[in-house]
Amino acid sequence: MLTYILKRLAGTIPTLFIIVTIAFFMIRLAPGGPFDSERQVPAEIAANLERVYHLQDPLPLQYAYYLANVLKGDFGPSFKYQDYTVSELIRQGFPVSMQLGLLAILLSLLIGVALGVIAALRQNRVLDYLVMTLAMTGITIPNFVMAPVLVLVFAVFLGWLPAGGWGDLKQMVLPVIALSLPQIATVARMTRANLIETLNAPYIRTAKAKGLPLAHILLHHASRATLLPVISWLGPATAAIITGSVVVEQIFGLPGIGRHFVNGALNRDYTLVMGVVIFYGALIIVMNLLVDLFYALLDPRIRYDKH
Amino acid sequence: MTSTDTSPKHADTVAKGLSPWQLALRRLARNKAATFSIYLLLAIIIVCIVGPAISPWELDAVDWDHIGAAPDLVSKHYFGTDANGRDLFVRTLQGGRISLMVGLLATAVSFIIGIAYGAIAGYAGGKTDALMMRFVDILYALPFMFFVILLTVYFGRSIWLIFIAIGAVEWLTMARIVRGQALSIKQRSFVEAAKVTGASHSAIIKRHIIPNTLGPVIVYATLTVPQVILFESFLSFLGLGVQEPMTSWGVLIAEGAAQMESAPWMLLFPAAFLAVTLFCLNFIGDGLRDALDPKDR
Repeated sequence: MLTYILKRLAGTIPTLFIIVTIAFFMIRLAPGGPFDSERQVPAEIAANLERVYHLQDPLPLQYAYYLANVLKGDFGPSFKYQDYTVSELIRQGFPVSMQLGLLAILLSLLIGVALGVIAALRQNRVLDYLVMTLAMTGITIPNFVMAPVLVLVFAVFLGWLPAGGWGDLKQMVLPVIALSLPQIATVARMTRANLIETLNAPYIRTAKAKGLPLAHILLHHASRATLLPVISWLGPATAAIITGSVVVEQIFGLPGIGRHFVNGALNRDYTLVMGVVIFYGALIIVMNLLVDLFYALLDPRIRYDKH
Repeated sequence: MTSTDTSPKHADTVAKGLSPWQLALRRLARNKAATFSIYLLLAIIIVCIVGPAISPWELDAVDWDHIGAAPDLVSKHYFGTDANGRDLFVRTLQGGRISLMVGLLATAVSFIIGIAYGAIAGYAGGKTDALMMRFVDILYALPFMFFVILLTVYFGRSIWLIFIAIGAVEWLTMARIVRGQALSIKQRSFVEAAKVTGASHSAIIKRHIIPNTLGPVIVYATLTVPQVILFESFLSFLGLGVQEPMTSWGVLIAEGAAQMESAPWMLLFPAAFLAVTLFCLNFIGDGLRDALDPKDR
């Protein structure tokens, strides 16, 4: 297990390194970019740039300085918001984005697993078809279509929920639902397929033959094999939820990282966009690593040491 | 496909033996959802190509008498107009052309890169294979959506950038699939035979390896098209994709979402076109997978 952890860590670091390196050189080579000498920037920002990026030094040294700064969690000053550094903007937005993302993952797990189990137990009957059709809809309809439709129905026509803002529970309902629908669908399909396969396994037949009640079989015998693959879903789900939250934050006007990111992209706020890319890139990679390790811990069939 | 078991025609075909492709086509034709989706998708494509010519309105023409007007047959604004008085029927179909074109072209690009890369890695095997696939693994872990947005910040927003960016993302999975297939195909005796007859490596890859990987690759390509369309719409929705005067479903949905309280049709029509297209492509992909994958029978 320890060798596996070390191996995976060794695989993670180069990827992070590549992200930072690509970001660094992209910003250097950008035509009309912030480091283009013909570009006029306010004196204060120019002074900040000089301080942080050491523009007088040779390129390899600049790169070393930059790496050191990123390791310290310092992404430099923002290009558009003179009073903020990128790290401050990220720190401001992250709690909102994290709340939104965690709630969405939680909701996806709860409802997705429940729907998947129902569909599997009613395989090829009306309820199964209904759930699977809903799941197909959830996967197919992108959240930038679903979110406005939800706002239109529940905020504008029915007036049940607010159309934007963040803070109290009511304001959280629509963004979290809009963000989690595709994931609910994915989890439901996955759970259904796994459970159907598991229920056909000989050890489940044995449990049934012993006359155990269905609830007991599901909880004690089938749950592990069914839910393990759902854990590996958490890796890609993090990436999908982060990407989705960019849209959802935009539509509902939430003060999260995603909105900073899009505004930064539209305003050509180079350092902000780059900081968010590195931050989210690192987050996704670390999540993937944790999920893999967790999976290895839970699944006794996996003996990574032998590889 | 239409013949019954007792008809002599069917007996003939059975006697001759059916190729795996013919069998797959039969299975596909029996899948009602997939068949219906194929016809519906064809209808959407034809409407997108022909539709703008039928309407009297141009893509950018402003109708000062109907600004933000609801759908109406008399004024020939079949889908209504947007807040600038531009005809939404024409804009939706023109946007559809762009969305579908991006979907097909970018998939084709990723198809070609992925097949070539995967076939070479799988056929070469050993260290070359390990190195090539490690590279794919690293790219796989990068958050691509964010890099694409980073690219649009640096190089401006253009449709070519979208092609390149999407092509660069989507070939990874294709390469993995082809490589896995190629690894097993190269062990087969017909490849040995080709080697014995003195065929070159490139000829073996082209004539023997690639044609035999096509089944799963076609399935995956069909499922890639909706992903690509979604990707493009996502970027365009954020204002980072297709730019004026061009339009796409993502752009129209963004405009519609901004106006949905006063003019819900602006959201409704492009969203419906996008959703139906994605549905069709997903059903066709699923149908093809069931038809081509012998594992499920």
